[in-house]
This record gives sequence, structure tokens and C-alpha cells, in this order.
Amino acid sequence: MTAISDTWALTIRDLLRLWRQPWFIGIVLVQPVIWLLLFGELFKRVVDIPGFTGGDYKQYLVPGVLVMTTFFSSGWNGMSTIEDLERGVTDRLLVTPARRWSLIVGRLGQNAVQALVQSIVIVAMALAIGVSFDGGVLGVVALVVVALLLGTAFAALSNALALVARREESLIGAVSFLQLPLTFLSTAFMQEQLIPSWVGTVADYNPVNWAVVAGREAVEASPDWGTVAGYSGLLVVFALLCTMLATRAFRAYQAQV
Amino acid sequence: MIEARDLVKSYGDVRALDGLGFAVAPGTIFGLLGPNGAGKSTTVKVLTTLTRPDGGSATVAGHDVLHDPGKVRRAIGVVAQRSGVDRDLTGRENVKLQGHLQGMRGAELDRRVDELMEQLGLAEAARRVARTYSGGMQRRLDIAMGLVHRPRVLFLDEPTTGLDPDVRAAMWHEIGRLRSDEGLTILLTTHYMEEADRLASQLAIIDRGRVVAEGSPAELKASLRGDAVHVELEGGEANGNVHTALDGVPGLHEVLIEGRAVHARVEDGARAVPAVLAALDAHRVPVATVTVARPSLDDVYLRYAGRSFAQAEN
Repeated sequence: MTAISDTWALTIRDLLRLWRQPWFIGIVLVQPVIWLLLFGELFKRVVDIPGFTGGDYKQYLVPGVLVMTTFFSSGWNGMSTIEDLERGVTDRLLVTPARRWSLIVGRLGQNAVQALVQSIVIVAMALAIGVSFDGGVLGVVALVVVALLLGTAFAALSNALALVARREESLIGAVSFLQLPLTFLSTAFMQEQLIPSWVGTVADYNPVNWAVVAGREAVEASPDWGTVAGYSGLLVVFALLCTMLATRAFRAYQAQV
Repeated sequence: MIEARDLVKSYGDVRALDGLGFAVAPGTIFGLLGPNGAGKSTTVKVLTTLTRPDGGSATVAGHDVLHDPGKVRRAIGVVAQRSGVDRDLTGRENVKLQGHLQGMRGAELDRRVDELMEQLGLAEAARRVARTYSGGMQRRLDIAMGLVHRPRVLFLDEPTTGLDPDVRAAMWHEIGRLRSDEGLTILLTTHYMEEADRLASQLAIIDRGRVVAEGSPAELKASLRGDAVHVELEGGEANGNVHTALDGVPGLHEVLIEGRAVHARVEDGARAVPAVLAALDAHRVPVATVTVARPSLDDVYLRYAGRSFAQAEN
């Protein structure tokens, strides 16, 4: 009970810090809109490729952009941890009775709230440009949930890396290195039957693709909930493992101080 | 209240703690005095459960730091050498979060936060983001965070390093008050002799990860016989002549030469000065300055660490 209350207090702290950086909030909100409009326009003619099913690329794109946005912004979650390390805040928190996992999950809470707001912006924007969600509200909720699960996993991974590398440059390098390949090794922008088979094989093991496939399925007119549940389950396990890894990373850090 | 035994801790090849041990009585200020890199901060990190020692053991407020870190954390307040202020939160939010993590809630927490902000002179700035605070204010905010849950033991790791002299004096006053009014046991680390002399009732002088001398400031100073004589030579480094010259001065002992500085001890400083000058002159060693002083903690450090404090800092 105490640990949950501590976690929540730490989430509030991170949200307050975010709230006090107006330009950052601006970027967080504008970026997904740009992805959606830019990719929507840039790849408009993709529907003309023989074998592409469905007549409107924006319709296809929305779940991909939503997952990508969450994935991208979550990768940077560890930056706050690096700032805390540099400012001595981490050391201060570590000598309180607060549980180690609270320190991680508190930060993941802030990440989830941020990703949720971004998702709402994307859904609203999608509706505004004429995209329809045939699966209704339930489908949209499921799409957002799988995106948050993916975001939570990568935010935890980002924090683990922050605690081990303890340097901004290392984290920026690693995150930038992973973001685009993991996004493009998925069906976020191109249907499975149109991508090279080796990409499809890799995508089967790519958590980003799990979220894209599950999210896109969920907003279909009549979704196959088995598929959605299967990938969601994988994402839950992945997110838990990453959170445990991040919590363990405090040990690696404390062995060094 | 604090007991450290045979603490050993290495970082790679560097041995930060090398069998360090001491004991702190309840309700006292205990000073760990030593130059930068002597192992003071590492000692604090071990005693506050931030890091584990490679060897040795320690108890704080009756709890073992290795086996019962949770209980230690509830009993202690920590003001680390590096500030732990979250600059994006207000002063009040910083202290309140700290109190929350220490298990305080609701109206009791609010009252305590207000009380501390008042007591540390931060009431007016309490609702401002800590980014706007001066160095001295951030340091006081650190202390407020260390005190919020009314700990029994407070760790102050170099609390006044980098502060202006007047801010430092105010901080000394506050630290003294915490001990006398609130009965706190305080472990203070410092590399300022004057600070240790002023605040601590017991001192451990540490050098290269070991305690080289322990006692009250008065005892430590009394353990040195007579006065300190410091000679600053003119021109280049001292050579063999200096030793030869000074060996001939009766009553002069503990002669130590560091570059152009010569330190020695003698029963009656004033009487020895002419003899020292005459001896150096006879050996054609030019002298820039000579000073005689009653023993200070600087001299205590020199005596027990085998080098001057200024030298050890480099």
C-alpha cells in the first residue's frame, strides 16, 4: 500500500516536471500530428501497389503511427533518470525507504500518462481527417492499451540503460539506433504481403510489430480478439521483464557509487 | 549511535576505505576530517546504505547497514555532498515528496514541511521552483529534506563546501542548533579544519581510507607538544642543507619538508625562532617567512597523516 502510494507520488512528481516545460509539451503534442499528416501524404499512393488491400492509406496508417509515437517518446524516458543521477536526486531517493520498483514504476506512470495524451491527440486528429474506427470505442481502447504496453516496456528498458550507462550520449545513441529499424521492421507502414519475407520473419519477433498487429486488428470492424489477446499477452510479459530489469539496474548502479 | 568497524571499499585499483572504524555517541556531533579523496564521502555512502562495503560492518541507530538497510533508512537523514534538490519542483514540493517517501502523510506532513521551511528561512521561497534558489538556499533545502521525518541520526557530507563565508557561518549556527535543541546525533564530514574545530565534539582524522587520529579537538591539539614553527624558504626547493641546519637546533622535532615549506615542532616557539634563523643562515638557506603558532588542527593533521593538509589536497 505504501509502495503504491510512493509510486503515485513519484508519478505526480514527474508529471509536474513535464508540465513545467511548455515547449516539451508542445513537441509531444505536435509531433504525432506531423507523423500522421506527413506519412499520410507521403505514402498516399501506396494503395495503388498491386496487392495492397483497402482503399485509403490513412486508414491503414493510424494504428501504426499511434504505436510508433508511443514507442518513440517512451524510448526517451530514461533521460529523466540520467538527469536525476547527475543532480544527485537518485542518490537521495535511494536512501529513503521507498522500494526500488516504485522509483521505476513511478516514472513509467508518467510515461503512460504522456503516451495516453498523445494517443488521444492522434485519435482525434484521425477522426478529423476522415479516418473511421470500425471497431468502435472498444477497438480504439484496445489499440491504445497495446501501445501503452509497448511504451511501458521500452520506457523501462530506457531507464535500465540509463542506470547502467549513466551518460546522456550513450542513451541517445542507443535509442536512436533502435528506433527507426524497429519501426520499419514491422507492418506499421506496409502490409505484410508486400514486405520482403525476411522482414516479415524478423517482425514476428519485434515487440513493435506485436503492438502494431494487435492494435490494427483491434480497430477492425470485426476483430479477431484471439490475435489481439495473444500479442497483448506477449507485450505484458515483455513489459514486466523490462521493468524487472530496470529495477535490478539499481544494483548495478549502487555497486559503482 | 553509529559504529563502523574495519570498513574496506575499493573502486577498481583505488582503495577508498582501508580498515576504517569509529564510534559516535548519541546526541553528539562527530566530525570526519580529511582532505578530498580521504574516504569521507565513501564512508557516508556506506553508512547511509547507498553502497555496500567490500569488508567490515557498521550499525546505525542500532541497525546493521548490510542486513537491515530499510530500518537504517527510516532512522537517518542524509545531506549528501552533492545537492539532491529537484530543480523543477518548488522547495515545498521537494520536501513534501521526501516526507511522503519517508512514510509521512496528510496534515502532519504539511505542518512539518511548513515548520521546516520557516525554520530554515525558506518560507518566502517555498512556492518557487528550486531552480531559482541560490546555492545557500539549495543547501538549506537539502537539510530540510534530510530532517523532514525527524531522523535520529543526520549525515552532513561537506555541508558548507562552496558556500560564501557568511552563509557558512549561518549554516554552522543551524547545525549547532540541531544538536542542542533537537538532540540529533550528527555525523559531519568536512575538509575545513575550522569547521571541524567549531562544530565537532569528537573528531576522527582520516587519511587514505584510515582513521589516523581520534579525540576531541582540544585533546588532539593537546597531544601535540609545544608550538608549530612554519618556515617558508626563498627561491627554489629546500635541499639537504635544511635538514643538516635544523638538526643542530636544540628542541626542534618532527621536521617535515614539503617543497619550499618547512614544518617543525618545538617546546617554546618564540625562543626557538632566532636559533632556527641563525642555523639556516649559517648553512646559506635564504628564508622568506617564519611563523610560530599554537597547535591547530592543521598541525594535528600534519602530525598524524605525515603530510600537510594542503599537500594532501593536491
